[in-house]
Amino acid sequence: MFSFRKPLIALAVMALGAAAAAQEGGKYPGIGRAATTPEVAAWDIDVRPDFKGLPAGSGSVAAGQDIWEAKCAACHGIFGDSGEVFSPLIGGTTAEDVKSGRVAKLKDPTAGRTTFMKVATLSTVWDFINRAMPWNAPKSLKPDEVYAVTAFMLNLANVVPDNFTLSDKNIAQVQARMPNRNGMTTQHAMWPGKEFNGSKSPDVKNVACMKDCATEPKVASFLPDFARNAHGNLAEQNRLIGPQRGADTSVPEGQAPAKPVPSTTAAAQPAGGGDAKLPLALLQKHACTACHGVDNKIVGPAYADVAKKYSGKSDYLLGKIKSGGAGVWGPIPMPPQNIPEEDAKVIAAWLAAGAAK
Amino acid sequence: MKIDELPSGRIRKAPENFLSRDDIKTVFSEGKNGRRDFIRKAFSAATASVAAGSVLAQGNPVPKEGGDPNILNLPEHSTNLGQGVSPEGSYGKPSKYESNVKRRQSPGLTQTTQASVSFAPLQSLFGIVTPSGLHFERHHQGWWDIDPSKHRFMINGMVKTPMVFTMDEIMRLPSVSRFHFIECGANTAAEWGNVAVPTCQYTHGMISCSEFTGVPLITLLERAGADLKNGKFVLAEGGDGSSMTRTIPMELITSGEVLVAYGQNGEMLRPENGYPLRLVVPGVQGVSWVKYLRRIEVGDKPYATKDEAIHYIDLQPDGMLRQYTSVQECKSVVTTPSGGQVLLDKGFYNITGLAWSGRGKVKKVDVSVDGGRNWRPARLESPVMSKSLTRFNIDWIWDGKPAIVQSRATDETGYVQPTYKLLRSVRGTRSIYHNNAIQSWLVQENGEVKNVQLS
Repeated sequence: MFSFRKPLIALAVMALGAAAAAQEGGKYPGIGRAATTPEVAAWDIDVRPDFKGLPAGSGSVAAGQDIWEAKCAACHGIFGDSGEVFSPLIGGTTAEDVKSGRVAKLKDPTAGRTTFMKVATLSTVWDFINRAMPWNAPKSLKPDEVYAVTAFMLNLANVVPDNFTLSDKNIAQVQARMPNRNGMTTQHAMWPGKEFNGSKSPDVKNVACMKDCATEPKVASFLPDFARNAHGNLAEQNRLIGPQRGADTSVPEGQAPAKPVPSTTAAAQPAGGGDAKLPLALLQKHACTACHGVDNKIVGPAYADVAKKYSGKSDYLLGKIKSGGAGVWGPIPMPPQNIPEEDAKVIAAWLAAGAAK
Repeated sequence: MKIDELPSGRIRKAPENFLSRDDIKTVFSEGKNGRRDFIRKAFSAATASVAAGSVLAQGNPVPKEGGDPNILNLPEHSTNLGQGVSPEGSYGKPSKYESNVKRRQSPGLTQTTQASVSFAPLQSLFGIVTPSGLHFERHHQGWWDIDPSKHRFMINGMVKTPMVFTMDEIMRLPSVSRFHFIECGANTAAEWGNVAVPTCQYTHGMISCSEFTGVPLITLLERAGADLKNGKFVLAEGGDGSSMTRTIPMELITSGEVLVAYGQNGEMLRPENGYPLRLVVPGVQGVSWVKYLRRIEVGDKPYATKDEAIHYIDLQPDGMLRQYTSVQECKSVVTTPSGGQVLLDKGFYNITGLAWSGRGKVKKVDVSVDGGRNWRPARLESPVMSKSLTRFNIDWIWDGKPAIVQSRATDETGYVQPTYKLLRSVRGTRSIYHNNAIQSWLVQENGEVKNVQLS
């Protein structure tokens, strides 16, 4: 009997081992591993409407204003109401809305929509600023800074007073003052689950009539003639073979084209000298292109326009890059750019030489 | 040179818009005399000087002098040595004659290119698969080309063990490959109130369809021991600057439909489309197909993320915003003939287009050429797959008179694509999202096709 013992033990050990493997990998041993606590903490940053996930902290309206003017105003305007780059954030809410929780202006078919007119959940604002703002340096704000910026926006929207400090302790009370907190509905059939007890049948019910269906149709809307070429020449946007061609929208309808359509691919000769490769790469690297196009105005002026205005003034341009400015090209300020001196010099020299592509 | 004297079948410049009012009168007077190819000839004559690439004019009459020079005079490519195999490391490109078929941005739509859209050229595509390089783009904070060896995928929340996977590990798991459409919730948004853009690239080009390859998300959730009963929702999160987040119901995931995908049309995802890993949520609007997918969290409540609490919410006439509107309802569009195109002549045409439904398969597509008074069922080309694009075709003989071409899709749930009138009567004109109304294209007597809406 004694001689049987060892094999039995060995079998038992093997069985245990198999069980452990199954527990480790189920059907797929060797795939994936347990996440460490710091790993989960580094990535699990979401904040739910019930504020699950919200880190402790606080920030005042005043502190928020400083951050806002340095990091947010360039895109969103000093008062958060700019629509030049993105949809406006602030505006359109009233003290009455704060009481009712429904933004009355949403019923006005002529009114625009701001973020604070729409958003029902304050967690959404906090979570998004924390994960994705500022535009060119997402996730760079510390929790207290996110609280402060959120507080400042709430103040601009007249939800909290000037001397307010937003924190994890009072955020639920502020939630109860969100202007459109009662403005959302899930009564529709477009959520692919049963969780919201939405409608089971779609809101729009058409019937597939096949014969003599409608009265004589009247064309009620079409593009005006002046918009004919607004999307570029449609002749160049259709295949050159097949049952149809694109219409030449560079000339009015019914007219033969007066002159050959110039090739859009032929690159224009750069106005200034110098190798454009490095400066263009630097503009990309330092996210300058988020606000400036070479040929087009975005938030700030086109580089071509800057180059024209300050031709040869490399030192002036270097100063502007480093210390920022406002008022020359419009009301939206450019924040000081904290980039390496040598990179700033390359960009300034490139601008002064004509901003060639 | 009179148009009658032009030799046919020669090399021509790209055709253009072509007929004056007088010409149109001539077309019909000549038409009575049986000269049905007048439009075609006028077309060629009017455009002979336009330089948008060289193409063969499509005139194909019986030639006078023995035959078509394209047949009689053997071309260079028939009588010379062709090119060698592509050089080492090359990646094939479309013919140089296809250079017009490109993604395009709609002017003035956005102020930055990093939070912007490029539209797929639906008017020039065949079948149901969108070539990866023509797949529409929507970025919220710029795109990245991420090193896959450094990309990680995490599962946490209501799971037994929060887990981390490498791309190697995900790609070792059993994979599935499925065809699905992805449509932006804001596709056709510009057209809610009135006609705003000229072509179907801009009206409907925020849809694409690919064969996606990946691992069902349920496989990975089971691996982590997810609480599938109490965990009614998952949050999907991207690894890029925007770290896009969206809530998805567990029900869709337990069905096995939702994929953690790395493959697209036989190769890896394109960087603009989320390389190396994106979520595929069939039938649901594109914003839920989180790109650069880094994390899935299992939870018991929805998350009201920015793109489900500030954007991608549908304003109704009573001022309420519909939240968590995710399903892309049944929709279709005729891609040829479509806005901005010019038909070359009267006679036979194959009306073709695309239909889809976020609730399953397309059951039928009807086509009208008289603005919706009478309809004929189109042929659905195989394969017809759930939550995929479906190609439809129908014969049409154009008599040269104005025609309003429409398509109307019905899905397997019996839902019928609505008219603008019907859709607006329920949702008004300010929803922005989920415009699935029937599209109308007006074919004018001069052959030019316009985007129109009917009253």
